[in-house]
Amino acid sequence: MTSVQTLPITSEYDIITARQAARELARQIGFNTVDQVRIATAVSELTRNVVLYAGSGKVDIEAVAEEERQGIVITVSDRGPGIADIELALRDGYSTSNGLGAGLSGAKRLMDTFDIESRAGRGTTIRIGKWKHWK
Amino acid sequence: MNNRVPILKVDNFWLVTIEETLHDQSVIEFKEDLLHNITRDAGAGLVIDISALEVVDSFVTRVLMEISRLAGLLGLPFVLTGINPAVAITLTEMGLDLQGMATALNLQKGLDMLKGRARGEPK
Ligand SMILES: Nc1ncnc2c1ncn2[C@@H]1O[C@H](COP(=O)(O)OP(=O)(O)OP(=O)(O)O)[C@@H](O)[C@H]1O
Ligand SMILES: [Mg+2]
Repeated sequence: MTSVQTLPITSEYDIITARQAARELARQIGFNTVDQVRIATAVSELTRNVVLYAGSGKVDIEAVAEEERQGIVITVSDRGPGIADIELALRDGYSTSNGLGAGLSGAKRLMDTFDIESRAGRGTTIRIGKWKHWK
Repeated sequence: MNNRVPILKVDNFWLVTIEETLHDQSVIEFKEDLLHNITRDAGAGLVIDISALEVVDSFVTRVLMEISRLAGLLGLPFVLTGINPAVAITLTEMGLDLQGMATALNLQKGLDMLKGRARGEPK
């Protein structure tokens, strides 16, 4: 299982498509229901941010295997305005759109790994991952 | 408006069952439609069942909070029903508690709860 599924994010409809695809792959990998929902919810948060703040982008969904363990890695990227202060954006309750400010911090807590790369004016790439039988 | 969520009034109670995954615009339309209805004619209570929702993210949570807040201002008792356990765990981990919203297992239990309250029974 090394194939990567790439989906475009151009509208709010793609949020649903992306999170359902992630959930389905998570199910195939053998994640339990709660993990499937954690993963789908994190994807929902990150892809909605793309629609909201960057307008469009893409998501790569990938099954990964390493020694004895299996997992899922999802990369959400856009060429939008970028995030000037990542630490601030990750703070619970911080929002520039009157949201709850729970998307980035929530996605981070739901996953095992969370890496963010963003440059003002260049865009944002967030990679999240989860291993099976962790937590 | 093209709201896809049926909003029913039965015995003076507003009953809503969200039956399918909704994209953001439908969620907003549903909210506006519901708020329009309950501000015109509050009724005795509101039950919203979300058992069909596989994912409840921060956006949907915020909309539910807004509905809850307005129901509170109108003095309209509100019960949220059918939160699936995986969704509840996920929300908790994200740090999203449903801020004191009354919850029940299913629509019927939610309605029973409101009817009991309307009769002045203890919770
Ligand atoms: N892809 C992105 N491009 C540019 N800015 C972003 C991006 N993602 C997040 N941000 C910024 O980070 C802030 C925090 O994001 P987060 O998802 O945590 O909260 P929110 O989207 O404001 O509210 P919520 O997700 O709770 O509805 C956003 O308000 C926005 O300013
Ligand atoms: Mg967000």
